[in-house]
Amino acid sequence: MGAPQWPGDIFRALVDLGVRQVAYVPDAGHSRLLDLCAGEATMTMVPLTTEEEGMALLAGAWLGGQRGVLLMQSSGVGNCLNMLSLVRTCRFPLLVLVTMRGQEGEANPWQLPMGRITGDLLRLQEVFVHAVDDEARLGEVVGTAGEAVFAGPGAAAVLIAQSLVGVKTFED
Amino acid sequence: MNSTRAESYPLRRRRVVASLLADRGEMLVVAGLGTPAWDATAAGDHALTFPLWGAMGGAAMIGLGLALARPERRVLVITGDGEMLMGLGSLATIAVQAPANLAIAVLDNERYGETGMQATHTAHDVDMAGMAAAAGLPVTGTVESEAGLEAAMMALRGAGGPVFYTIKVRAEDLPLALPPRDGVELKGRFRAALLGQKA
Ligand SMILES: Cc1ncc(C[n+]2csc(CCOP(=O)(O)OP(=O)(O)O)c2C)c(N)n1
Ligand SMILES: [Mg+2]
Repeated sequence: MGAPQWPGDIFRALVDLGVRQVAYVPDAGHSRLLDLCAGEATMTMVPLTTEEEGMALLAGAWLGGQRGVLLMQSSGVGNCLNMLSLVRTCRFPLLVLVTMRGQEGEANPWQLPMGRITGDLLRLQEVFVHAVDDEARLGEVVGTAGEAVFAGPGAAAVLIAQSLVGVKTFED
Repeated sequence: MNSTRAESYPLRRRRVVASLLADRGEMLVVAGLGTPAWDATAAGDHALTFPLWGAMGGAAMIGLGLALARPERRVLVITGDGEMLMGLGSLATIAVQAPANLAIAVLDNERYGETGMQATHTAHDVDMAGMAAAAGLPVTGTVESEAGLEAAMMALRGAGGPVFYTIKVRAEDLPLALPPRDGVELKGRFRAALLGQKA
């Protein structure tokens, strides 16, 4: 099996959206996309110490007239809940790409609690959730979700199914 | 813990903030929730000040996003010790980006003033300017009196940064000076003033 296409598709969607600030706490599933963004001269990579920093960062970016994206794994959504009040109260645009853990085949039980409620938590804070498990659609979904986010402005998250990201087995 | 010393610190926050914001020119300002936001408003409500009513721990990161987006403009974050303590990791994130145009002033009354003057960690001598220096911010310091305040203000307003200063201010109850509460309005007026009516 060759390298999957979808990281490149998402990358092109982000370029087309005019994304300038790429904030992230890394997840293995985001590795390829992060590499592509890091190689793009128009994008500034902003590694975070915790995911909620990214929500505040991108609010500031928008105040200054720039667009951004926030990448995290599903456990990171739990770190963001209060900062989503900033996004919601001020109607800042927010585009989040979440790689899912805690779905079928998860070998780390500590990923299960957040993985099971990731979408619900986001919806409770009025983030529009697109759960995608068809890799052929990922680029298009990120593009349309992003356009809605920046035109709205509003908040959307694209949840990338664990079946696309791969399951970590914890075996040598 | 020294629970009373902050009550006799000589510097008064309203005057410090008024001087920081005097003749502010093109400067963009983020004010942390609670008393710092009231201080900034007491100095004059301004479209290019983004005062927070929440987002505790996020003020410095909002400043970072803004500083990266507008490298030609000075960005000043004015916030409280409690607010900054909730976002200490952002000092590391800011050090990595190292925007020269970003400055952070922490008004350190060693209290959670807004919630009833409970002691913060700085009352126990936690040194946030030391943490900022250890993270790698190039210009940092702590000011406790009139001596050094002028130099700190100059650095906050203009030195190549990121700049981080702790300004020890008297723990005192002050009258409220409330900015608009509507976040959509605060965002809209800021973008209109900075980016023009199209924003
Ligand atoms: C997440 C969260 N926790 C707690 C609070 C309650 N709260 C509001 S202001 C504040 C204290 C802020 O203290 P500081 O930043 O030092 O400002 P001061 O009023 O002392 O200048 C607290 C704890 C909150 N608004 N949000
Ligand atoms: Mg305080």
